[in-house]
Amino acid sequence: MAKKQTVSFTLNGTQVDVVVEPRELLIHSLREKLQHTGPHIGCETSHCGACTVDIDGMSVKSCTVLTVQCQDAEVLTIEGFEQGGELHALQEGFTQEHGLQCGYCTPGMITRAYRLLKENPSPSEEEIRYWMAGNLCRCTGYQNIVKAVQYAANKLSSASA
Amino acid sequence: MQDFSYQRPAALTAAIEAFEQAEDGRFLAGGQTLLPVMKHRLATPSDLIDLAGISDLEGISIAGSALSIGAMTTHARVASAAEVHDAIPALAKLAGCIGDPHVRNRGTLGGSIANNDPAADYPAAVAGLNATVYTDRRRIAGDDFFTGFFETALEEGELITRVEFPVAAAACYQKFDDPASGYAVVGVFVSRGSQGVRVAVTGATPCVFRMRDLEAALNRKFTPETVSGFCVPEEECNDDLHATAAYRSHLVGVMATRAVAAITDGEM
Ligand SMILES: Cc1cc2nc3c(=O)[nH]c(=O)nc-3n(C[C@H](O)[C@H](O)[C@H](O)COP(=O)(O)OP(=O)(O)OC[C@H]3O[C@@H](n4cnc5c(N)ncnc54)[C@H](O)[C@@H]3O)c2cc1C
Ligand code: FES
Ligand code: FES
Repeated sequence: MAKKQTVSFTLNGTQVDVVVEPRELLIHSLREKLQHTGPHIGCETSHCGACTVDIDGMSVKSCTVLTVQCQDAEVLTIEGFEQGGELHALQEGFTQEHGLQCGYCTPGMITRAYRLLKENPSPSEEEIRYWMAGNLCRCTGYQNIVKAVQYAANKLSSASA
Repeated sequence: MQDFSYQRPAALTAAIEAFEQAEDGRFLAGGQTLLPVMKHRLATPSDLIDLAGISDLEGISIAGSALSIGAMTTHARVASAAEVHDAIPALAKLAGCIGDPHVRNRGTLGGSIANNDPAADYPAAVAGLNATVYTDRRRIAGDDFFTGFFETALEEGELITRVEFPVAAAACYQKFDDPASGYAVVGVFVSRGSQGVRVAVTGATPCVFRMRDLEAALNRKFTPETVSGFCVPEEECNDDLHATAAYRSHLVGVMATRAVAAITDGEM
């Protein structure tokens, strides 16, 4: 068996160390070793985006990244969104606009939408659909997910205006 | 996934050395193909040599009348880089229609062409623009690089360092994508430059190829109507759950016509 390695990275602002075999996927380290069960496993074949996390300012599928590739990285998951008991504008948007039904895709959706709004604070509906294409939802039909992202975009831009 | 050892060298020479010392080594780029393949145990390397620590392999620059793109440059970077938009907008568009944003954030040019998936997009640009592939030991002409179904001219342990794309006067890539993955059911890359017209087709057959008879006709008369006399026979086309051979054969003509029309209309 290949030697286990200690990998250190920042998880939602906190420094963490995790001991893994090289073949361990980031989603498994997060869920099983670091008790961050927000990112979900939908397919484990790189298609659904339920496992989306943000690594060094980029949305990635954490089922398609090895934990050993994350040395010194900054990782953000859905657990990092609520601040001081207050929901993030995206979490509020998904609640207000009924952007979820079963909720399985939601942590990935919100984590992806967060990066989208950082890159483009007021995206059009078409842009939202293009830039959210890596996240699948089997329940909502996407309509209310688009509205939820727009809700958050409006709230964030009026807060910064 | 089967057990393996992992290392992340900081220099090209160290990566080559690591490969030579490994029993059954593999280079790891973005992992967007290799990790799924390893999950299925279709690849079971003893050692993964991560190229992400070698900064020389990443980046975009203009070299004379060519655009040079490092092997580890991600699809997302190619899609958004001003240098690519200015020099070869069709290439930026191609990179921007690969998979989805997450895949583009990690997937790389070098990984895509080394893998040579019959439905991948970049091979169409390499063949359609007459690009040159640079490796740790030599340069390979785009026309000689893709040799068959998931096969390339790369030797054991040969590492792609960068690809040079000549800047064509005009180019356009049209693809009919698979709605689930984004891969090309059929994609056609047409370019028109000082060395004439090139037409490269991906997705249709087991390996990307150039339609040389159509190129010759377009060199005489560059109009969308010219395409109608040419086709890729159904017997040569892939037939799978995504599309029948007959459908793919038909799509080649549709995509080629659209690409030529976009170039003549000046809307690439
Ligand atoms: C959901 C999904 C959708 C996708 N959709 C598309 C699509 O629409 N179009 C498309 O074209 N592709 C698509 N892809 C594939 C994607 O573009 C990959 O990025 C690409 O195939 C290469 O992967 P990579 O760069 O991550 O390389 P890896 O997966 O790390 O490596 C792939 C292979 O290339 C070798 N390799 C990597 N770098 C080098 C190098 N510098 N020199 C020599 N060998 C090297 C590796 O050893 C390995 O064998 C999709 C992938 C996924 C998961
Ligand atoms: S679980 Fe990672 S993409 Fe579906
Ligand atoms: S809410 Fe059920 S998958 Fe999206």
